[in-house]
Amino acid sequence: MSSLPNASQLDKSGRRIVVDPVTRIEGHMRCEVNVDASNVITNAVSTGTMWRGLEVILKGRDPRDAWAFVERICGVCTGTHALTSVRAVEDALDIRIPYNAHLIRNLMDKTLQVHDHIVHFYHLHALDWVNPVNALKADPKATSALQQAVSPAHAKSSPGYFRDVQTRLKKFVESGQLGLFSNGYWDNPAYKLPPEADLMAVAHYLEALDLQKDIVKIHTIFGGKNPHPNYMVGGVACAINLDDVGAAGAPVNMTSLNFVLERIHEAREFTRNVYLPDVLAVAGIYKDWLYGGGLAAHNLLSYGTFTKVPYDKSSDLLPAGAIVGGNWDEVLPVDVRDPEEIQEFVSHSWYSYADETKGLHPWDGVTEPKFELGPNTKGSRTHIQEIDEAHKYSWIKAPRWRGHAMEVGPLARYIIAYASGREYVKEQVDRSLAAFNQSTGLNLGLKQFLPSTLGRTLARALECELAVDSMLDDWQALVGNIKAGDRATANVEKWDPSTWPKEAKGVGINEAPRGALGHWIRIKDGKIENYQAIVPTTWNGTPRDHLGNIGAYEAALLNTRMERPDEPVEILRTLHSFDPCLACSTHVMSPDGQELTRVKVR
Amino acid sequence: MTAPNILILGIGNLLWADEGFGVRCVELLNERYRFPDGVRLMDGGTQGIYLVQHVQQADCLIVFDAVDYGLAPGTLKIVRDDEVPRFMGAKRMSLHQTGFQDVLALAAFSGAYPRELLLIGVQPEELEDFGGSLREPVRAQLEPALRVALEFLAERGVVAAARDGDAERLAPAPLALGRYEAGRPAEELAYRHGDIRFIPQQPLEDD
Repeated sequence: MSSLPNASQLDKSGRRIVVDPVTRIEGHMRCEVNVDASNVITNAVSTGTMWRGLEVILKGRDPRDAWAFVERICGVCTGTHALTSVRAVEDALDIRIPYNAHLIRNLMDKTLQVHDHIVHFYHLHALDWVNPVNALKADPKATSALQQAVSPAHAKSSPGYFRDVQTRLKKFVESGQLGLFSNGYWDNPAYKLPPEADLMAVAHYLEALDLQKDIVKIHTIFGGKNPHPNYMVGGVACAINLDDVGAAGAPVNMTSLNFVLERIHEAREFTRNVYLPDVLAVAGIYKDWLYGGGLAAHNLLSYGTFTKVPYDKSSDLLPAGAIVGGNWDEVLPVDVRDPEEIQEFVSHSWYSYADETKGLHPWDGVTEPKFELGPNTKGSRTHIQEIDEAHKYSWIKAPRWRGHAMEVGPLARYIIAYASGREYVKEQVDRSLAAFNQSTGLNLGLKQFLPSTLGRTLARALECELAVDSMLDDWQALVGNIKAGDRATANVEKWDPSTWPKEAKGVGINEAPRGALGHWIRIKDGKIENYQAIVPTTWNGTPRDHLGNIGAYEAALLNTRMERPDEPVEILRTLHSFDPCLACSTHVMSPDGQELTRVKVR
Repeated sequence: MTAPNILILGIGNLLWADEGFGVRCVELLNERYRFPDGVRLMDGGTQGIYLVQHVQQADCLIVFDAVDYGLAPGTLKIVRDDEVPRFMGAKRMSLHQTGFQDVLALAAFSGAYPRELLLIGVQPEELEDFGGSLREPVRAQLEPALRVALEFLAERGVVAAARDGDAERLAPAPLALGRYEAGRPAEELAYRHGDIRFIPQQPLEDD
């Protein structure tokens, strides 16, 4: 394992390539890299243009309302933020939720995870590996044979089915009026799949579209509606009445619970017969593309998730912990309340602290903007051609765990769970690596394969399997508990602010699809006094700190060889493997600032 | 005639001032009217491709949104059918709209695309005011925008009836227009602006 470079060791001498967004959604990102004469990335700079408005918009509001606001922060992470917010308020006010609410929140959270992972792979990430234009050349009969070999249990595998998909694709590409596939680099040699694999993947792109619309209906049942399901401090916003037979809007009854069970089974079948085989097939063909590990080979962090026994974090299916320096033999405990553990630094961020060599724990966090560019910036304040990363260069703060930059997300959760000896996870990971080695004739070890872009993408698929499998357990437990006579879904003893202490502080944590998420709240006189969130993209997209520690996005891009530097297929592939919480248009600028190519970050 | 399947969708991020126009339009429609079966109102927020199944199911799609047409603030512009994706995908569009163009593209690719599309867009005045609400020229277009939708529906035989009593909300009560505006923290407590790189607030020497 190579050691992790410090920012001061990075080679900035080669050609500079800039990938920057055009539109302005929250969580925007800009990426600059230097490549050497062999087109290998020697320096990477990730700039988040995300203003942290979340914190300030909540000041003075009712803590019980915070979830509704944070659900609107972003279009992808809605329910995750809402859940984390109600947990923060409950923690501050010492509210315990009923068992039914615990199970229903688990079902909703896992639904979001499954939905997000499937949509991410097929609709956002697959086009980094799959070439839809190449699929037009596929032989439907050979595609059918491939499908049956890759996944014998999957029913949609006839030559006629693939011929239909191909015809639809052809029509769509030729019509040209809509740009779904128009921004790709379809003649770039970085694409390696044979046409049949491309066609199979396009078919699954459409199948995933059908699947995702059904699984998300679970949110409608428990959260009243989708998009934007309802959450509630103290429990969940639905009632339960098994004797009820009403339709939409009625309490949860046996009909709706059975509907939920059917959706879980569908998602489980899709994950086993389509998603996982596809990821392994892609990995097998891109077996030589083991770039993108970066920080994953060194430092990983998880707050733990999918708690089985309420309020017992040791029962997390994916446990909390930190790994430092690539030492899988020691998973360190994580305490999100300890002011010495999680701290945010701003020496390279567009904020100011009184002393920028020191970090602040989120409960003591301040969000004072200070936009200034370094002396080596090229361009102007509003049109930056090249950023000066030796100075402040990002709107993202730099969170650190005991001073270390950490990778978060499915791969971090999976390595930590594996290192913690979780049997379910070990079986999944060992099985997948064996399948990969068998299909490729390689003999890679876990530490060679997992910390990579492919490993990150595989971990996400395995986590999807774990989530759907354990949803069956949650469902059984919920039905059992209701049948035993427990109908409680909310604890409203402390709903009235007159029951609250004058001042309180709390923290809500969760593992969002893209990684560790924390909301830290201070409440005073019944109102929000301070609210700080550290979102997964803050961890992974962090700028450097005053000691030169580099973050996950920057580290993951290093040493990657690009086929064509003007076409950032490889950059997008690795950045997308983190499932960044943004969906933006980007363009590539040449060193003189002229726009070369416009790409779309999917 | 069977009831047409119509989706009335408000999109945008209500936390970003005029970006909330679309969501506020459906909020108002929902407060005031009951629609026959087959007509659905939805606060789509910034859900992007997660809205695709709703678009696929609709025979007719009406979208309210803030769209940067490059016109005077508060100008209402109506776009129909095949023109809609083009107007939702141009470079200078508002925050999430690239996402909605993708939604339409995905629906088209899947073979389930609305027969009729109506985009009721308003030219925003201010987007870079986090936690803010509609500016006056945009707010003034709420009623005209609703009239456009109601007339469009009436032409198709769909009549909205005045609602008596409270509607089931499309969005949680804390986000309702009045409460959202009243609970806003003062500017000295909460910096309201976005990314300074894109919003020069005063002339800068080096530009």
